[in-house]
Amino acid sequence: MPRFPRPPEGTWTEHYPELGTAPVAYDDSISPEFYELERKAIFRRAWLNVGRVEQLTKTGSYFTKEIAAGNASLVVVRDRDGEVRAFHNVCRHRGNKLVWNDFPREETEGIVRQFVCKYHGWRYGLDGALNYVQQESEFFDLDKSCYGLVPVHCDVWAGFMFVNLADEPEQSLREFLGPMITDLEGYPFDKMTERFAYRTDVRANWKLFMDAFAEFYHAPVLHAKQSREKYAAAGQKYGFEAPHYRIEGPHRLVSTAGVRNWEMGDDAVKPSEVLTRGGLFGPWDKPDLGEMPAGLNPGRCNPWGLDSFQLFPNFVILIWNQGWYLTYHYWPTSYNTHTFEGNVYFLPARNARERIAHEMTAVTFKEFALQDGNTLEATQLALETRAVGRFHLNDQEVLLRHLHNVVATWVEEYQA
Amino acid sequence: MMLLPSEFGDLEPYADRWCLATEPERYAMRLASSMAELQEFYDAMAPRVGAAIDYCDRYPLDDMPESVVNLMHLIYSFINAAFPVEVWLQPRVPDSGSAYFTCFLEPSP
Repeated sequence: MPRFPRPPEGTWTEHYPELGTAPVAYDDSISPEFYELERKAIFRRAWLNVGRVEQLTKTGSYFTKEIAAGNASLVVVRDRDGEVRAFHNVCRHRGNKLVWNDFPREETEGIVRQFVCKYHGWRYGLDGALNYVQQESEFFDLDKSCYGLVPVHCDVWAGFMFVNLADEPEQSLREFLGPMITDLEGYPFDKMTERFAYRTDVRANWKLFMDAFAEFYHAPVLHAKQSREKYAAAGQKYGFEAPHYRIEGPHRLVSTAGVRNWEMGDDAVKPSEVLTRGGLFGPWDKPDLGEMPAGLNPGRCNPWGLDSFQLFPNFVILIWNQGWYLTYHYWPTSYNTHTFEGNVYFLPARNARERIAHEMTAVTFKEFALQDGNTLEATQLALETRAVGRFHLNDQEVLLRHLHNVVATWVEEYQA
Repeated sequence: MMLLPSEFGDLEPYADRWCLATEPERYAMRLASSMAELQEFYDAMAPRVGAAIDYCDRYPLDDMPESVVNLMHLIYSFINAAFPVEVWLQPRVPDSGSAYFTCFLEPSP
């Protein structure tokens, strides 16, 4: 018996009939050829989040972003008008990578008044204009005004910076995001500037890790040992059921119910959680964030735990009831590897007690991510044997069907 | 030279090893420690963490004496060491053999 109301069709999956209920194949996650299609059909067509505006605090603040799947290296900078701009990180003279430090393949950041190529000293303004050419008189018919840095479409929503590598994006950022996402406007993302940032290279296809965080069916099993016995036993007996799923366009959402383990008695929490008043669900003492936007907890779950908004293709915003949020980015580097980035954001701690609850929360997040990450390599290895070709997904895994479905649709549209 | 406030002299034997300013250092120290070492540190810290938090709370985060910052770092190390002791019964997250998850940015302190 479901614990939470389901759509009139009886299941979430059947509520979205285009997804079907049949077993699925994972050929899209083990094929170098399919990955090459994804690069062009998805990563050079979709809006991609590259961070938050708070990363660019001042005029001239910049960072570089390597987007291997889009075959691009970008420099993202705050210009003299305060606008965020993105350019291809390529010098117009002889194609040297313009901005890098020590290691050409690694990302970098800093503050500059202009960009100077390390090779022959060509200089570019924060607006991308080519301002200076070393020994300009030696060149033939060089019109500097035509050789600024190549711009990349860049737009900001709710402080999240997005780029689009298409010559002309098919949709504006706002159209692409759609109301399910834009209804989050008003959430105090801009105030949550205390940040813990993590990165790892995962030897699995990017979609498999997105799948892992798109369902909580795994939680009572894979993460059983993380919890005290009472909590873990309850999880394994009853399994996991999300109270709300939503799919809109290429994006998707799962909400969870608001079980708070610290309200389940001492044998449901760890001593370190009691001492620090923090843990997986966040700080136990919830900050007052004021009125929440309509798009948060759209299923009106009560009690409510979290919303995991999965933005196509590779970006997740996960907002917890306890007044903090996470972002995930999955950057493919080959058909069976990707770089995973996780960011943990809090309101700046006002005192040591809050800071320590944040530390406990961030450390717990890492412990879970380490378990999830290694499981993914095991999945990739097994799938690549091709010993099994069809896999069953249950109703709690409805969002996995949707991700792979949208990927296939974008590839088909690109090929058409 | 004492690293911690004098009220926490009983924790001084652990300060050299565990007053570490960054998460990567703390996590590396955890992996480099035996379960016996982690258990000893945990057992020494657990009864004192409450008082340590109260003590740190008397100072603003942006203006803490060095000894108090050290005490904060010691509490962060306790948090990291608590997972092997309370949950995993081994220093490393189980089945995380080839996985890593590098923290490259964190608040200070």
